[in-house]
Amino acid sequence: MENKTFTISVYSENNVGLLNRISGIFLKRHINILSLNVSESEIENVSRFIIVVDTTEKWVQNIVGQIEKQIEVIKAFYHVDDETIFLENALFKIESGLLFDERQIQNIIKESNSEIVTVSRKFFVISKSGRRSEITELHAKLKPFGIMQFVRSGRISVSKEPMEISTLLQELNINKY
Amino acid sequence: METTKISGAEAVIRCLLEEGADLVYGYPGGAIMPVYDELYKFQDKLHHVLVRHEQGAAHAAQGFARATGKVGVCIATSGPGATNLVTGIADAQIDSTPLVCITGQVGKHLLGSDAFQETDIIGISTPVTKWNYQITEAHEIPEIMAKAFYIARSGRPGPVLIDITKNAQFDTLDFSYKKCTDIRSYHPKPILNKDKVKEAAEIINKAKKPFIIFGQGIVLSQAEEQLKALIEKAGIPAAWTILGLSALPTDHELNVGMVGMHGNYGPNMLTNECDVLIALGMRFDDRVTGNLQTYAKQAKVLHFEIDAAEVDKNVKTEVAVLADLKDALTELLPLIEKNSHTEWHNEFKRHYDIELDAVINEELAPTNGKGISMGETIEMINKHSNGDAIMVSDVGQHQMFTCRYSKFNTTKSNVTSGGLGTMGFALPAAIGAKMGRPDREVVAIIGDGGFQMNIQELGTINQTKVPVKIVVLNNEFLGMVRQWQELFFDNRYASTVMVNPNFCAIAEGYYIKARKVTKREELDEAVAEMMASKDAYFLEVMVEKENNVFPMIPTGASVSDIRLR
Ligand SMILES: Cc1ncc(C[n+]2csc(CCOP(=O)(O)OP(=O)(O)O)c2C)c(N)n1
Repeated sequence: MENKTFTISVYSENNVGLLNRISGIFLKRHINILSLNVSESEIENVSRFIIVVDTTEKWVQNIVGQIEKQIEVIKAFYHVDDETIFLENALFKIESGLLFDERQIQNIIKESNSEIVTVSRKFFVISKSGRRSEITELHAKLKPFGIMQFVRSGRISVSKEPMEISTLLQELNINKY
Repeated sequence: METTKISGAEAVIRCLLEEGADLVYGYPGGAIMPVYDELYKFQDKLHHVLVRHEQGAAHAAQGFARATGKVGVCIATSGPGATNLVTGIADAQIDSTPLVCITGQVGKHLLGSDAFQETDIIGISTPVTKWNYQITEAHEIPEIMAKAFYIARSGRPGPVLIDITKNAQFDTLDFSYKKCTDIRSYHPKPILNKDKVKEAAEIINKAKKPFIIFGQGIVLSQAEEQLKALIEKAGIPAAWTILGLSALPTDHELNVGMVGMHGNYGPNMLTNECDVLIALGMRFDDRVTGNLQTYAKQAKVLHFEIDAAEVDKNVKTEVAVLADLKDALTELLPLIEKNSHTEWHNEFKRHYDIELDAVINEELAPTNGKGISMGETIEMINKHSNGDAIMVSDVGQHQMFTCRYSKFNTTKSNVTSGGLGTMGFALPAAIGAKMGRPDREVVAIIGDGGFQMNIQELGTINQTKVPVKIVVLNNEFLGMVRQWQELFFDNRYASTVMVNPNFCAIAEGYYIKARKVTKREELDEAVAEMMASKDAYFLEVMVEKENNVFPMIPTGASVSDIRLR
């Protein structure tokens, strides 16, 4: 079976220690996490992990099964790229002088649809959201001018199909009473 | 609800009592002293057994749980006390044994400061627990303890670890207790899909050569009667995994023996002949399947299982019924047509005869002046126990002989470390099993290697006077490893020769009656004496040094490549 990029989404309780449990599932199988993002979700008090891995479908099924088995996990899903809308966010910190001396930079910012977040005496910061390839491309364009700092977030994504997690939670709550 | 103000430590004890625990295994230390102080106060209601090593506490709690079906409880202090539990916890996790392990922890204000005996036991135990939690405030205790028991015993059972900081043990709380019956994100029993059961029933009814392999799931869901009814109605031969053993009486005519590496010839050979393979509460461990590429490829596999993550993990299924085994089999039974499959069943008998000739007869009655065999010792115990004993085995050749040759009439009678294969398991596990089932005879079968891994628990036996029977099968080798060295490493016996102490003197040093048997003629009488003893009894049997366990499927080979010699 060939390797593909999979986005694993985990809806969970927001408890201490769960990250450790989930990362352990990857560790045990010697699978490297390419990107990880944890945040609140559309449901109150429910966290959402978005984990990107490069692996086979068989392994991703196995992993999602093991993740879903964890007590604090409400539901886990996996998707291939075509099934989700996804992006990453990046910040580039660049020396302020360049913004005025190198006109080219202003064009790059405009063409890449990125935005200037802040400008100070010493530096300015560009933010760019988009696919990994778009960010990489922007990085390549800015590199010759000198980048003081660069950082990129984990992937965030929403699925094209409904995940119906709210319905699931409702059912669970109904079953409860 | 009425509440009273008590200390966190007292709350821990009250929670245990609320959950019906009246027996705990443990070892004290600084970070758990408030709880021990309360144990002193509650000693009429809650019996604490002082083991000699925390690993012993975990294994004893496991033995208790496996023999009774209840949750086993063990207690340890922080740091080294907690880490000493880890092997037992890992063993319980892989064998789905319900445990609640309570560890002390340094005070909350010291967490993360590398304080004396501080260890990140939550981090350490995460991969080997079903759930764990660190309590840092007294008021959390009742809810978390209730959750711990619920999680440990429900669904696919497993070990839970609760780490309690010292301040939480000292501080007071308003105590009230409510059992946990529900956790939003946790669904212990999948909802039975009746259509899947129908699909499975149709396939079973059409099968020409159906074959059942059952595992511990039968025992855990108490589906022994349903299993028996199913095989009798449909005439399906049933084989067991090492943890399924004793769920079906040995003498049942449709019990065709053990699958896997040292299992019986018939069930292994015929796994690759059956047209429908019905897996009941078992997880296709590699010790069972051998090479997956060739495992039961011709068969439609029906998997009845409570844990969704096990389905299609190793073997691709035709139909998966995700449910509690008892619910599923109860639903399935009326849909099954009567059948006998006599010719198919005879296939197993024919294979059994081959194995009998090639292996079993010689093992049970060795010829050519050979020393005592492990198999004949087990057979002797069968004779004197009538198959009514709980057999607790350690890990190695003697374990395989115990599982292959023990006779069982009742369920929950085979206690062994299946998934982790933990040497040192049997002595403490036997203590727990006997304390849980004082009405039953408990016999531990241990190798000379494994006995020395937790030999200190003889001290626990001495102190508690628990009347367990201990049989050490002494071949002066780490036998199972030696067998592999003989077969796969050109007889290079690297570090498997054991120079042993005087075991009887050690047992006697702990005031346990002891006897050593070196000659076949003494065996019958010695076993009789042991079984008749009202007290704990230690029997050392000197066995043939270089005997091998056969049949055997070499690692990575196909189940049907099983070797008889
Ligand atoms: C804690 C632990 N360490 C090592 C092993 C590897 N191992 C499996 S069987 C075995 C030999 C057991 O020897 P013994 O207890 O004398 O029993 P025998 O095989 O001779 O019956 C060993 C070392 C193990 N299973 N557990």
